Amino acid sequence: MSIDTTHESQPRAMHDLGGVSRFLCEEVDTEPHALTDFDREVDAIRQILGMKKVMSVDELRRGIEAIPEAEYHALSYYQRWIRAITATLLRKGVITEGELLAALEAG
Amino acid sequence: MMAGFGPGQRVTVRNDWPETRGPCHIRTPHYLRGETGTVVRHLGDFPNPEDLAFARPAPVLPLYHVRFDLPALWHGEGRAGDEVVVEIFEHWLEPARQEAA
Amino acid sequence: MSDSQVESDRLLVALRGLLVAKGLTTPAEIAERIRSTDTASPARGAAMVARAWTDPEFRALMLADGTAAAEAMAIPMRGLPPLGVLENTPEVHNLVVCTLCSCYPRAVLGYPPFWFKSAAYRARAVRDPRGLLEEWGTVVPPAVKLRVVDSTADYRWMVLPMRPAGTEGWPAEQLAGLLREGDMIGVTVPTATGPQPA
Repeated sequence: MSIDTTHESQPRAMHDLGGVSRFLCEEVDTEPHALTDFDREVDAIRQILGMKKVMSVDELRRGIEAIPEAEYHALSYYQRWIRAITATLLRKGVITEGELLAALEAG
Repeated sequence: MMAGFGPGQRVTVRNDWPETRGPCHIRTPHYLRGETGTVVRHLGDFPNPEDLAFARPAPVLPLYHVRFDLPALWHGEGRAGDEVVVEIFEHWLEPARQEAA
Repeated sequence: MSDSQVESDRLLVALRGLLVAKGLTTPAEIAERIRSTDTASPARGAAMVARAWTDPEFRALMLADGTAAAEAMAIPMRGLPPLGVLENTPEVHNLVVCTLCSCYPRAVLGYPPFWFKSAAYRARAVRDPRGLLEEWGTVVPPAVKLRVVDSTADYRWMVLPMRPAGTEGWPAEQLAGLLREGDMIGVTVPTATGPQPA
């Protein structure tokens, strides 16, 4: 049996941050950060997809948790969301990869 | 739904790591696995997020507020008497084994 | 602008176009959702707290059923997670965190602030909450129990702070002006002089 009662020897998922040593000495940026238009629109689209039962908030979270750890910490909050929303809609077949690539090309 | 645990009951969080077994979505924080706390109250019954995250049919399960002694979670770090209170679904809880005095 | 933001903007434009083309939403619906989300702000929570300080019946309702109390103040709660209210007392100070993501009582406080979503806040709150509160200059006396509520599942939690001394006889509107969002999460406490510049 492990004697490490701070749980750090266990395979925690990267979003599961309670008590994690790596961040214990990191200062908290307590300043207000205004949301951008991008942030607000991603948030709104997520809400609409939830209200229309296209995808749940739990599916969003699962999608965020599936982002590789290095990227997770490099992406902003709503950048993670747009990634997770897109991945979820692709996986569920709401949109296809071909449609997405075409839409990105058309930009 | 019949809640299996009542206020004041000592419960242990299952020391289980579904993260090691493939894709999953777990709402029981890692730092509580295997820890023992006290049921504050039954908060209500909610669909299991572990299923909702995969768009599977989700059984409705009892959800509890469970209180843990904070220093006991972290090698005794922190002020004695401070506590952490967390929402935990019933399937993550077991009656606490007899505790040493 | 960072590369990841350029890429994310392109993704948003593409996705929005596809969702509109498939009839899943419209630009007008998105605009309306943004507008209605922007109407939720800490002023709502502040109005609830100020009323609880001046109306014992409302205080009792708020502590027993936060959702019902919010609805009694015409705050839309339909379809949203239940709201739980944590009462600060001379014996207990409450602090809310979500260590797994960023669950926040948005209906009564608006969008979660940047710090609430940060890895540092999420990591430190459940392990060294008193050290964490020093970032805000908040000192919880050693005789007071600190209760950290890790918001992991289906409830959303807000703190009902203690009414500051020296505010006797103040009307609810004036009391509401003393409150900041952090007071209702537990990182700060309100004072009779109101929010101080940092």
